[in-house]
Amino acid sequence: MELVYIAAAIMTGLGGLGAAIGVGLLGGKLLESSARQPELGPKLQVSFFLAAGLVDAIPIIGVGISMYLIFVVAG
Amino acid sequence: MAGSGSELTVAGYIKHHLTNLTFGKLPEEYCENLSHNAVALADHADAHVPKCGEWTIAHGGEEAAAMGFNAIHLDSMFWSLTLGVIFCWIFARVAKKASSDTPSGLINFVEMVVEFVDGTVRDTFHGRNPLIAPLALTIFVWVFLMNFMDLIPVDAIPEALLLAFGIPYQKVVPSTDPNITMGMALGVFALMVYYSIKVKGFGFVKELTLVPFNHPAFIPLNFTIEFVGFLAKPFSLGLRLFGNMYAGEMVFILIAVIFSAGVAWMVPAGLLQIGWAIFHILVITLQAFIFMVLTIVYLSMAHEDH
Repeated sequence: MELVYIAAAIMTGLGGLGAAIGVGLLGGKLLESSARQPELGPKLQVSFFLAAGLVDAIPIIGVGISMYLIFVVAG
Repeated sequence: MAGSGSELTVAGYIKHHLTNLTFGKLPEEYCENLSHNAVALADHADAHVPKCGEWTIAHGGEEAAAMGFNAIHLDSMFWSLTLGVIFCWIFARVAKKASSDTPSGLINFVEMVVEFVDGTVRDTFHGRNPLIAPLALTIFVWVFLMNFMDLIPVDAIPEALLLAFGIPYQKVVPSTDPNITMGMALGVFALMVYYSIKVKGFGFVKELTLVPFNHPAFIPLNFTIEFVGFLAKPFSLGLRLFGNMYAGEMVFILIAVIFSAGVAWMVPAGLLQIGWAIFHILVITLQAFIFMVLTIVYLSMAHEDH
């Protein structure tokens, strides 16, 4: 049963790590490109939110599943 | 949790909140297996005796699972259809009342939503199809409304329905039911296939078999790659929405569990609930927007003839 906790930890941790790197890169590029072409700013922001939402989905799903593992499967 | 007859535990509370109100036919084998298993029967005896061989409402996840394919989630169907009707009613009413005089708040709001969706469709969809913008608007507002049910306190509606009508299970957020999200994704998939064949004709087959390696010997390899990619689109579309809303609902339920820890915990739990709800406003809007944009993008790809 203890392995369930390890699984949940790996799931949340690695999911969060990957998404943090992804959103970090994304935000950096958004700043870079809107500094280069400020008039494109609002348009880029829409695509930024879209991509951030796509990246964001994985860790949130991971958190949800790991919560389910911890509190229902193991609990 | 009341209604199932067993004592209130954290796991039981969470499981209860994750069980749909399922209507279906219990197979005879389920009761036979149950009577062989004396322990399971004793468990059931105090609360509820399952009625096998007839159409009934499932009590608990096991019974719902035993009902198999021919079962329907009454709560998901009810809430999603109700929200769909509310959306159509509000938008139709506003559309009839709209005029060039000074508009009221609701008319402004609806106009804003329609213009926002229209702008997004104009930016991302390059084909010619009058169906896409209404489809995108419907998906956006409907998914948003279904997600919005997440912001209603987790116990409010289920507990009220239990006290008023004795309905044992209720899951009020339709988009936390994979049946609803995958159903919507399948609808989008059907449109993708339809427009691919309509616009490209034989080109659709070529696209599946002669890309990326344009040589007859590579047809099986190409087809495997392209077909898996083609199927993955609706699959990820439905699962993304489901996963996000399920995880969000899970966090709301877990915060609600904190309330059982005692009076001292109620203030921090309330603050957590509010904090997560505020963050969740972003998530539900973003997920509705993503579902809409990806639908437009996929349909736009179906319209692009090479």
